[in-house]
Amino acid sequence: MLKIKDLTVNVGTKEILKGLNLEVNAGEIHAIMGPNGAGKSTLSHVLSGKSGYEVTGGSITYNDKNLLEMPAEIRAREGVFLAFQYPVEIAGVTNVYLLKAALNAVRKHKGLSEVDAMDFLTLVKAKTKALDMDEKFLYRAVNEGFSGGEKKRNEILQMAMLEPQLCILDETDSGLDIDALRIVADGVNALRSENRAFIMVTHYQRLLDYIKPDFVHVLADGKIVKSGGAELALELEEKGYGWLEQA
Amino acid sequence: MSISWLDDFRQQAKSQFEQTGFPSHRLEDWRYTNVSAIAKKEFPLAKIENSPVFEGSKGGSAFHFVLVDGFFNAGLSNLPKTITVCSINNAIKNHADLLQSKFNQAITQTHGFIDFNTANFTDGLFIHIAENGVLDKPLQIIHVATQEAILPTRHVVILEKNAKATLIETFSSSENNGYLTNSVAEIFVGENADLTLYKVQQESETAYHFGGTYVQQADNARFTHHNFALGSVLARSDIICDLATAAECELNGLYLGSQKQHLDNFTRINHVESHGISREFYKGILNDQAKGVFQGRIVVAENAQKIDSKMNNCNLLLSNEAEIDTKPQLEIYADDVKCAHGVTVGQLDEKSIFYLQSRGIDEATAKHILTFAFANEMVDKITVPSLRESVFNLLLARFPEGAER
Repeated sequence: MLKIKDLTVNVGTKEILKGLNLEVNAGEIHAIMGPNGAGKSTLSHVLSGKSGYEVTGGSITYNDKNLLEMPAEIRAREGVFLAFQYPVEIAGVTNVYLLKAALNAVRKHKGLSEVDAMDFLTLVKAKTKALDMDEKFLYRAVNEGFSGGEKKRNEILQMAMLEPQLCILDETDSGLDIDALRIVADGVNALRSENRAFIMVTHYQRLLDYIKPDFVHVLADGKIVKSGGAELALELEEKGYGWLEQA
Repeated sequence: MSISWLDDFRQQAKSQFEQTGFPSHRLEDWRYTNVSAIAKKEFPLAKIENSPVFEGSKGGSAFHFVLVDGFFNAGLSNLPKTITVCSINNAIKNHADLLQSKFNQAITQTHGFIDFNTANFTDGLFIHIAENGVLDKPLQIIHVATQEAILPTRHVVILEKNAKATLIETFSSSENNGYLTNSVAEIFVGENADLTLYKVQQESETAYHFGGTYVQQADNARFTHHNFALGSVLARSDIICDLATAAECELNGLYLGSQKQHLDNFTRINHVESHGISREFYKGILNDQAKGVFQGRIVVAENAQKIDSKMNNCNLLLSNEAEIDTKPQLEIYADDVKCAHGVTVGQLDEKSIFYLQSRGIDEATAKHILTFAFANEMVDKITVPSLRESVFNLLLARFPEGAER
């Protein structure tokens, strides 16, 4: 599904990613761990098409297409979804309108008709309930005045509505208490399927107690320096990142 | 029929106008707005014409008072029966004493547009709501322009003690004509009376617009104004309120400029006596080469203590060539007051645009959504549902897909 080859990325004049390689197949869950400043957020942003990053080398292929050539909205319509580390508050735009506009943009791209108003409401209410969110959230401005946990749940709600193929979770566990973490993790686990892949970018092993990865990669100084199974995360938890950087 | 007291006002204003003409931008209050183009147009004064063809936006069952080219059209109008509402020409004949006692009394400072209006007004609205009287449905004053001319209208609105009313004033044209609207309203809100006034300015894109609203608020009187400046190539709106003891004034505005539009909003709130409350909130969105002006001044007189006043002006510039001149001013002579003002000028937030794009929404639509949301805060303040819907739709036409229809 996703092939990242020798990716190098600059922010300004500073090289952040220095030849990153990663292959993700449908049905897999990959965790990307690493110390602060290793380039984890840069990787999620570059995948989602955020501006301000200069790709100086390498390639990203998504479903055999060149991902880097697509504007952010086309990536989203093609099934790439970024759950933000810091979801943006948008005053005056209701959650429900964002969800509907987004869903219709994706449907239109797939050649489907706009979603029926009643079907949409039934769907969005069911998904909201599944994430243990009050329906009132739908009619509030996007993320405005939401707690950290509510914002993250809202990201997962959007993900559940858009049914993407490649989900990138950027530090989704940050700022969550244990109950919120469990709800978010349940939401993600419910979306696991053989057609869908996840990349979880995280600093801590904690999230991986709830969402079990198939692969764990350590990103340090702009490269994947070590890859392994779920057990690697536990090793990192125990030893920290220092031993890898020294190696 | 000649009425001597009115002729005196007219004559005096005429000679004043002959001396000064329309205001020069060298005057402080006009420094951001050059109206010299208007004088060069040499528009004739509008003439009354028979049976104009007009399919206007008459709002359902609400009362309406229609002015075609500045002349009251009884046939197109639907007036409430229980209160005194008529054309000002009718009031000159039938409510002479009351009119004479109020005429020109709300205007404390004059300029060329007001003088021209006093000298030349062709018609307008006269409404008098007696003590404890309530206008139970909003009255819409509908201005329609069909001629390439100057259309001077004059309203006198009188609410006696405890009276209550909602007025909606709309300006539009039947064709895409060049003309000058020159509309002056004198408003007297009596003790503990309550007036809400909506103005929706949707003149043609080549029209000029001057609208002046001069308000005298008695003790405990409440006045709420919602000002939507959408049309016209050059528009100036004056709103000046004088507040007596414990009077409350709320001024809201939204100006939406594109192409080469110039939209000037001039407001002044004079707290003449103590315990008054005023709130002013204007938002502007300027695209292309449009220019917006916000001049808001709050004056607190020396003996006006315990005033609570807030003024805010927020602007969104959508292009590099758009411009806003904003000048909020507090002029406080009393010592025990709570006054604050703030201004912001900004562009659409890049992070918000990207957030929407990352959900599949294209950049242009994302910008429409965010711009609409910025503007809609003012639309949401409209409490007349049919009006709110129609302004909402006007906004949606400017920013397609900005919100759910």
